[in-house]
Amino acid sequence: MAGHAAHNLNQTTDWGGKTSPFKISYGKIMMWFFLLSDALTFGAFLVALGFARYAAQDAWPIGEETFNALPFLGSGFPLAYVAFMTFLLILSSVTMVLAVEAGHRMDKKGVIKWMIATIIGGFFFVGSQAWEWSHFIHGTHFGRVELEDGSLANVVAGPNGKLKFGEIKSFEVIEAGHHYRSGQVLTSKDLDLDHEWQHAVVGGHIHGNEIHLHDGSVARINKEKDENVRLLVKKTGGKYKIGDAIDGEEAVNMYYGAFNNGTPTKVVYGANMTENEYGPKTYANLFFFITGFHGFHVSIGVLINIIIFINVLMGTYERRGHYEMVEKSGLYWHFVDLVWVFVFTFFYLI
Amino acid sequence: MAAITHDAHNHHDSHGHDHHEEGFVSKYIFSYDHKMISKQYLITAVVMGLVAMLLSILFRIQLAWPGESSDFLSFFLGETWAPNGILKENMYLGLVTIHGTIMVFFLLTGGLSGTFSNLLIPLQIGARDMASGFMNMLSYWMFFVSSVIMLASLFIETGPAMSGWTVYPPLSALPQAVEGSGLGMTLWLISMVLFVASSLLGGINYMVTVINLRTKGMKMSRLPLSVWAFFITAVLGLLSFPVLVSAVLLLIMDKALGTSFYLSDIIVNGEMLENHGGSPILYQHLFWFLGHPEVYIVLLPSLGISSEVIATNSRKPIFGYKAMIGSIMAIGFLSFIVWAHHMFVTGMNPFLGSVFVFTTLLIAIPSAVKVFNYLTTLWKGSIIFTPAMTFSIGMVSSFITGGVTGIILADSALDINVHDTYFVVAHFHVVMGLSAVFGMFAGVYHWFPKMFGKMMNTRLGYVHFWITIVGAYGVFLPMHFVGLAGAPRRYYDYSVYNEFDQGAFNLIFDLNKVITVFAIIAALGQLVFLFNFFYSIFRGPKAPQNPWRANSLEWTTPVEHMHGNWPGELPEVHRWSYDYSKPGADEDFIPQTVPLKEGEEEH
Repeated sequence: MAGHAAHNLNQTTDWGGKTSPFKISYGKIMMWFFLLSDALTFGAFLVALGFARYAAQDAWPIGEETFNALPFLGSGFPLAYVAFMTFLLILSSVTMVLAVEAGHRMDKKGVIKWMIATIIGGFFFVGSQAWEWSHFIHGTHFGRVELEDGSLANVVAGPNGKLKFGEIKSFEVIEAGHHYRSGQVLTSKDLDLDHEWQHAVVGGHIHGNEIHLHDGSVARINKEKDENVRLLVKKTGGKYKIGDAIDGEEAVNMYYGAFNNGTPTKVVYGANMTENEYGPKTYANLFFFITGFHGFHVSIGVLINIIIFINVLMGTYERRGHYEMVEKSGLYWHFVDLVWVFVFTFFYLI
Repeated sequence: MAAITHDAHNHHDSHGHDHHEEGFVSKYIFSYDHKMISKQYLITAVVMGLVAMLLSILFRIQLAWPGESSDFLSFFLGETWAPNGILKENMYLGLVTIHGTIMVFFLLTGGLSGTFSNLLIPLQIGARDMASGFMNMLSYWMFFVSSVIMLASLFIETGPAMSGWTVYPPLSALPQAVEGSGLGMTLWLISMVLFVASSLLGGINYMVTVINLRTKGMKMSRLPLSVWAFFITAVLGLLSFPVLVSAVLLLIMDKALGTSFYLSDIIVNGEMLENHGGSPILYQHLFWFLGHPEVYIVLLPSLGISSEVIATNSRKPIFGYKAMIGSIMAIGFLSFIVWAHHMFVTGMNPFLGSVFVFTTLLIAIPSAVKVFNYLTTLWKGSIIFTPAMTFSIGMVSSFITGGVTGIILADSALDINVHDTYFVVAHFHVVMGLSAVFGMFAGVYHWFPKMFGKMMNTRLGYVHFWITIVGAYGVFLPMHFVGLAGAPRRYYDYSVYNEFDQGAFNLIFDLNKVITVFAIIAALGQLVFLFNFFYSIFRGPKAPQNPWRANSLEWTTPVEHMHGNWPGELPEVHRWSYDYSKPGADEDFIPQTVPLKEGEEEH
């Protein structure tokens, strides 16, 4: 139906009709146009990011400070993980190119091999993004603290080395509740101490060195000392200005002083839609939305690649005589990678 | 459509002719045939247009006779939305919103591009069908589903979206502010996302078809201007609609997930909302980055159709063919760098405003080129006043009338005085609404024989034209003065003007009555069209192959539709489509398929 006449006609010019002026099939042009359109969708989101960042009166978070953790190794590795993710995604673009190239040679085995590599790369990327989301949602050990004047400060490494959150060894119950007996020593075997601690900090259940556990019991906190604590002011409340840094004992006292008199919600851990420890509310909103929208694209890309891969296995394209479908899904895959480069640049680097 | 009795043949050049009947479903419902899809678009859009027109009559009654009981209102809206026949304030907003949305997107975007790009692109470039029939089918059905969702939102308990067709946040994001921002708004947003997906599928198809599937000899410089217009329209849609999707997705997040992209420090009913840090201005930027090109997505097809109709019925070549193409492209380009002229009163930097004033005024140049080319094409032509021709000339008229007020609104210094008043409403209804609708009617009257193989009744066509143009100007000329008197748009009731400016109050009230009467007349006039349209489909006289003695390729196809458009080989093109009244020719038109005579020069 698409008007492909069986005979060829001489053409004076490429644009004279009866031929594709770009010498490519309609499907591939369509993919290009779709990508152009999708680029504008992402463009709009990045513009929204720039707009929000410009409009924010609070300090916008710095990528190296927010994203400095590695799985299993803790924090202190600025942008290492996202750099790894980016590298992985670009590598999967390379394997995609190799799959397309193998397709041109009608090398079915080659296509299968490189498609598998691409799909694995895609899965790794989506998985990494899930880990990063999880980390972003759960936040750091310290969270963000509201100082006495209403200023908001993040806890970062001081001038003398790595920041360390003193490990919580145990809770020693001094007043019995529903669950725990008096005198019982609760360790990480009995309950998630960090989680219980954060819960109490947010709820205002810490008084001096005593914590009110969720069952109503009261316990003494056995916690190591924090090291190299620096409070960096991110939003001014009057007394402190954005960028002010408070170090040493004073910083520790101010940090614990914010909540250990039983004041609730002075500390925010991690991020959700309404508040986050990293910076303005729109920062987390945009993080979830932009990386989420991109992750959605990657997931769709993986799905498309799997479908194409199954077709390759079944020999559909072998019979068709060309592997153009691999090329089309490749276009989409490269586009998704390219978008990530922009997201990475605008969200993490700048 | 049942009247089209013919055998559907599938023609493949390479396989000869294999006859087989298509099933009802694949022929009429999930058809891949661009001609059927175009008819589906047209009929869906006509139904949507009727609904939107009815909505406008409902709220016009409130504006003309505020607070008076009306049986008409209570018949259509019932006790819920019009207790004792008096329109509820919220429903007034809902009616205005859905009227605008349907008219702009469903009638003038879907109806105009969907119908005529589908019908004319393959036929006028000499292709068997669109590049991808499947995607084309999908495009229509997404449009259909999105139409159904939009209509369904009128019938839910909390009412349809109520924040205007531009759905500005924060109003559109907060159900506690207006009930329509609840489920009604959600349906609106879902409907629009589907609509954009549909127009993306359609638009990509149109572009690729024009690029890849032109028949032999159909150079870009021989394309009818209608195809050029559809092509550039598709480009505009491709680049601007995704930004609407972005804007809408962020709005959905604000509504559903509690994000704050567009919301900041809002107090509703004494309750301080948690949202902080967003900006409603961001939405306006994103929206109008779509919104302004959208004006030309609506207008360009109408200009393209008129170019065809005017040249054919003036029996003259279109004046300034290349200038016409150039101005279509210039309008398309400029439409992307003018969006902030919708935002002069948002507190933007006046210097920035003046940049947008400049770019906006630039659009007057290609627009004027087009207008003068229409006038010079008409000049000393042997004009045949078919209904399509009268509507095309009506289009030129409204394009001028609306364009003139556009110059006023483009100047920020002038705009600030009439911003968001009925002056603006009158302006865009004339320049965008009327021009596009007139172009659409011109297209329907002109290509009806091609679509349905029947002729429409000419006399009823004239009656329809005169009622429509008199009614339309009767509505929108006075509306300028309502705006100049200081009436802001989207107000439910202007009685309060009585308190501080008796003169303005009288002007607004008297003119509002005049406008409503004309609106009702114009609406009744459309019944003439509807009758003519449906009657002619079934009972109209059979159409000849080339009723308007036109040059372009669609008139070389057989009257009976067939899948593949041309029996046998595709036609070969030897000239442009505007060889009317060429000196030395035997007839006053030379179809594009006729080879150049010896010594004959191409245009």
